Amino acid sequence: MGLKTAALKKSIWVFHVACSPCNNCDIEILDLLTPRFDVERFGIVLVGSPRHADALLITGVANTHVTPRLIETYRATAKPCVCFLFGACASHGNFFRGSYNVPRRIDEIIREEDPNAIIVYIPGCPPKPEAMIAGVVKALSVL
Amino acid sequence: MQAFYYLIFPGFLFAAVVGLLTTWLDRKVTARVHYRVGPPWFQSFADVMKLMGKEVILPENARKTGFLLAPIIALAASTLVATMLGLANYLNQGFVGDIIVFWYFLAVPSIMIIIGSASAGTPLSAVGSSREMKLLLGYEVPFIIVLAMVIFRADSLSLGGIIEHQIESGPILYSLSGVIGFIVALLCVQAKLGLVPFDAPEAETELGGGAFYDYSGAALGGFKLSKAILFYSLPIFLITLFWGGVQIGGGLGILWALLKYILIVALITVIRNTNPRLRIDQAVKFFWGWMTILAVIAFILRVKGL
Repeated sequence: MGLKTAALKKSIWVFHVACSPCNNCDIEILDLLTPRFDVERFGIVLVGSPRHADALLITGVANTHVTPRLIETYRATAKPCVCFLFGACASHGNFFRGSYNVPRRIDEIIREEDPNAIIVYIPGCPPKPEAMIAGVVKALSVL
Repeated sequence: MQAFYYLIFPGFLFAAVVGLLTTWLDRKVTARVHYRVGPPWFQSFADVMKLMGKEVILPENARKTGFLLAPIIALAASTLVATMLGLANYLNQGFVGDIIVFWYFLAVPSIMIIIGSASAGTPLSAVGSSREMKLLLGYEVPFIIVLAMVIFRADSLSLGGIIEHQIESGPILYSLSGVIGFIVALLCVQAKLGLVPFDAPEAETELGGGAFYDYSGAALGGFKLSKAILFYSLPIFLITLFWGGVQIGGGLGILWALLKYILIVALITVIRNTNPRLRIDQAVKFFWGWMTILAVIAFILRVKGL
């Protein structure tokens, strides 16, 4: 393991991509930054620009309107980066699957753009903050 | 020998290590203010190391030369600033008029942020660039008046001369004009570092990084490192101007210098954590109004000998 990878594991900057979520997952994400969980202990910080990000935190479903924006955001992110599909909707479409305005799942869209993308699924509606931290740990063990 | 001064001590290596540790101190104190635990001590080093290893993305409409040269020049200029300060403070070296040269180089990182973000060719960067420009015009006015006050008081145009004057006749801070000047200079330093009441150019929540929006990888790392070096240099600059400089020799000298340094950094952090962000017009009004008036009052008090 090189120095760069070691540094990357110690400092994950997260950009939050809201693909039309219902805000349940977003509230759970905010919980991660509060004193109870405080992910800054592990160097995880929310950033405002995808260019700074090491991880994309995707919530919601990719409907027709949001799909081009999602692809553009993934392209704008500096590689190497990890995609966290946060919540049931992002992971497999939930009950929006097969709906007329949701043509594809988010992981399909990202795989089409970049076949080697690292994708982590965190199911739950919404997932607990503990589940999110467990997901991050699993993703870091893959890097 | 010059290369050693510039690259190792008191230049790049020393300034970067101390600056990154200061950045960590700032984040840790911020976390404690929030009742959080905060990042471990090596966090800033990990951040910069990671950024150096990441991909640098060039925006489609960017002017590539300006975009990529800006962080390098900013880093070089802030290193030079740290070197000149260190030479004057730790090694008693300098030349007549070095404070003027110092002043010029202190403006270069801000100008490079303006040039770099303007050449990115995207709307958010352009807004960040214009805000940085306005902020620069804002805080330079009171800061230069305070600097003139200090220079007149010490009757010397060099950093070493100002320190010598304070060794002979006591720190400038321990007088009425000194206190007023110090308050003005502290707020100007806050703006120069781009910390919270005056962070409109970066504005994470509205511009998403603003001036740095389009920077990624090593280029962003260069700017972060330059900011970290300034975070070390500017408190030392304040100590040099108002609080008798950093004297290493003699028993408790280092401890006293460290205490002064940490006190000023803690003041900056507390100001940053207890204030909301000012709109850019409010910030410019604040500097051209109240701060300039206070700086002029300090100057008049100095002429009266207070």
